[in-house]
Amino acid sequence: MSNLKIGTQVAIVGYGAYIPIYRIKLDEIAKVWGDDPKSIKRGLGVEEISVKGPDEDQVTIAVEAARNALKRAPEVDPKDIGAIYVGAESKPYAVKPTASIVAVAIGASFALRAADYEFACKAGTEAIISCIAQVRAGMIKYGLAIGADCSQSWPDDILEYTAASGGSAFIIGRKSSNTVAYFEGQYSVTSDTPDFWRRDTVKYPRHMGRFTGEPAYFKHIVAAAKGLMEELGLRPSDFDYFAPHQPNGKFPLRVAKMLGFKPEQVKPALIAPWVGNFYSGSSITGLCKVLDQAKPGQRILLVSFGSGAGSDAFSLIVQDAIEEKRHLAPTVEELINRRKAYVDYGLYCKFWGKILM
Amino acid sequence: MRDVAVIGVGMTKFGELWDKQLRDLFVEAAIQAIDDANVDLKDIQALFIGNMSAGLWVEQEHVGPLLADYLGVKGIHTYRTESACASSGVAFRLAFMSVALGLYDIVLVGGAEKMTDVTAPESTHHLACAADREWEAFNGATFPSLFALIARRHMYQYGTTREQLAKVAVKNHKNALYNPKAQFRREITIEDVLESPIVADPLRLLDCSPISDGAATVIICKAEIARKFSDTPVYVIGSGMATDTIALHDRPDITVLYATVKAAKEAYKMARVEPKDIDVAEVHDCFTIAEILAYEDLGFCKKGEGGKLIDEEETEIGGRIPVNPSGGLKAKGHPVGATGVAQIVEIVTQLRGEAGKRQVSNAEIGLTHNIGGTGSSCVVHIFSRSKR
Amino acid sequence: MSRPKSPRIWQLAERRYRLLGVECKKCGKRYIGLRKICPNCGSKELRDVELSRIGKLYSYTIVHVPPAEKEHETPYIIGIIELDDGCRLTAEIVDCNPEELRIGMPVEMVFRKIGEESESGIIYYGYKFRPKL
Repeated sequence: MSNLKIGTQVAIVGYGAYIPIYRIKLDEIAKVWGDDPKSIKRGLGVEEISVKGPDEDQVTIAVEAARNALKRAPEVDPKDIGAIYVGAESKPYAVKPTASIVAVAIGASFALRAADYEFACKAGTEAIISCIAQVRAGMIKYGLAIGADCSQSWPDDILEYTAASGGSAFIIGRKSSNTVAYFEGQYSVTSDTPDFWRRDTVKYPRHMGRFTGEPAYFKHIVAAAKGLMEELGLRPSDFDYFAPHQPNGKFPLRVAKMLGFKPEQVKPALIAPWVGNFYSGSSITGLCKVLDQAKPGQRILLVSFGSGAGSDAFSLIVQDAIEEKRHLAPTVEELINRRKAYVDYGLYCKFWGKILM
Repeated sequence: MRDVAVIGVGMTKFGELWDKQLRDLFVEAAIQAIDDANVDLKDIQALFIGNMSAGLWVEQEHVGPLLADYLGVKGIHTYRTESACASSGVAFRLAFMSVALGLYDIVLVGGAEKMTDVTAPESTHHLACAADREWEAFNGATFPSLFALIARRHMYQYGTTREQLAKVAVKNHKNALYNPKAQFRREITIEDVLESPIVADPLRLLDCSPISDGAATVIICKAEIARKFSDTPVYVIGSGMATDTIALHDRPDITVLYATVKAAKEAYKMARVEPKDIDVAEVHDCFTIAEILAYEDLGFCKKGEGGKLIDEEETEIGGRIPVNPSGGLKAKGHPVGATGVAQIVEIVTQLRGEAGKRQVSNAEIGLTHNIGGTGSSCVVHIFSRSKR
Repeated sequence: MSRPKSPRIWQLAERRYRLLGVECKKCGKRYIGLRKICPNCGSKELRDVELSRIGKLYSYTIVHVPPAEKEHETPYIIGIIELDDGCRLTAEIVDCNPEELRIGMPVEMVFRKIGEESESGIIYYGYKFRPKL
């Protein structure tokens, strides 16, 4: 379906992530709803999650991530970005793309393609696919793909313990000595699976509990990963890193095992235990964490999962330029740990917007 | 240029005047001034009215004709000036100029503001319109916050203390005990100020002048006919006006109100007096820090020594340079458009010797200092018992 | 009562997002406002520049009494920042404990939500500053 080794080769020119400074410990949430914090944390493999500040939203996170990506691509003039795509499920405007605001905020040209994507948690990787295609087709010199969310969750729902805020951005362009990792292949699967959804005028999403596991998350990630590996003639041992979607701290380890990856291949990508699930920003921020530490020549498997449902799988090879570009912007580790401001459930509700005014 | 005299004064009580509207306030003050001056309404040739924003507070523009109509003087010339909290100070200067230059012989000038019909956050929003909307207010700066930025910098550059600021409020409240028109007539202590709720750190509630309703008016005329109307005419011997940047951040040193310095220089020059010749002053203490700045920028002391001046009690009624015997904006009240002329009412009253228990003894020369916004505009007037 | 201000916000939106100011070609002074005449030297030759995104805190205050559009957001911090290129501006300071504030503190620009016209109206974004990481 998508062997990207032949023809124009496409790569990541710069990458950047953004995570707000606020955190809420799962214990605080459990206190309010009468749950046992120990079993929740053990079951989910998550300690605390990020909370957006009161003046942050999906747009501000997207802009900050994009600016960090540009920091790692100092040779890129924003005016040479020909397309900007943003994947999200928590955009503040149902109609008015975040991409249009990002465009002006980074100084892109008026002659620009832009749009927002939605496919639950894989909307960010959708944005990447569009950019890859347009670069390959010679339609643009560079594309900017972003996945960021201020993830929604129903009060007193298990998702409240993992739905968090954050995102990442990637500048995509032709492979060169300035690019940090190039795409070897891409493979996607799509089905109509009602595991998790949000109706148009409803503020919070609904999901079907355990149904979101096997028939949804695991089925699609496994299918996309296997499909890609088959096309490229690769096996799990050919990869150094596996960066799947992270709805919690457990599922990534399980799906890694199911596919035949070792824990050491997936652990470097993990972010959920300390910051939760960024929805459209989840798997790709895991990718950023991997890029923060990967060595040139290593191979990465990125597989997103979006409820509804579908999966996008990518194979990437790290290049030399990663070593000099890596430190031009905060690493994911730095974003997770540099400055943490803990809030209680009341402040969490105030900041996120769960209080009826 | 002819000499100009103040022959009548009037003002409403300042405060939360729930049952009065803007037009009621102005007419009440105007009638007082007209009676005080013994003039006939039909002798008045023009109305100069200062009002910051009846549009924002009570959805009324076209304030000149409105008030002329309610004063019953259809056909009269009206001029409404706006310069934020210096609106009526500017109105007075224009009125003074019009009489001095021979355009009119007798005019009424006043100011009015009705601020209490909206919620506090709305008033805070309206007051912030005196700052730079796009580059200060848009980003969340409020009026008190801008003066707080000045206070913090003044404390950093000169070591001015929280207690010194508090003393300004304490003094003004004490003075207002003897002012029947004042909004607040109760003494406060330094502790009261320091323990009052924070408005914009380091400024607290009792560092800030209140939201008030009120009006003040004076009648002025060419000096040669003043004695027909008043046995105690008070002469305008100096007037100065200046502007500074609209945004605080565009000034090289935010602890100097350049507009005050320049306007005062002009007024002193015209009056041929120096700061040391001033016997009594009404300055613009919208916040306690603003009075400290006024001491310095009007030349009553060196820059940075305003705190010392109040520590030494020099600005008390019995001190070297009594400041705000009326209670100032802090205790008298601050219906923004009315303040400029209200200060003039007080100085004229002082120079006439009619200030009762708050009288400054032997007051011959008085000064009023009225600023708009963070000192983006300033008007200074000097008055005397004798002609220039 | 909501007063739609969409065009007025749009007129300066890009300048706020990218911290665009003007620089006087004659005397070199920089301003955040969109000026056509330099207040310092009177020159009419001013050009657009991207202001420095790093600076130091020149003064600060913690606001507890808000204007209508910032109700429910108090307390918040307002500061005057002197950017490294000499230009000064006024902005909210975020991601910061009040106890950390001191004159001279290094700060850097971030892109944040400033407010919204109403729940159904447009959202406006702009610059704020946080302690330099």
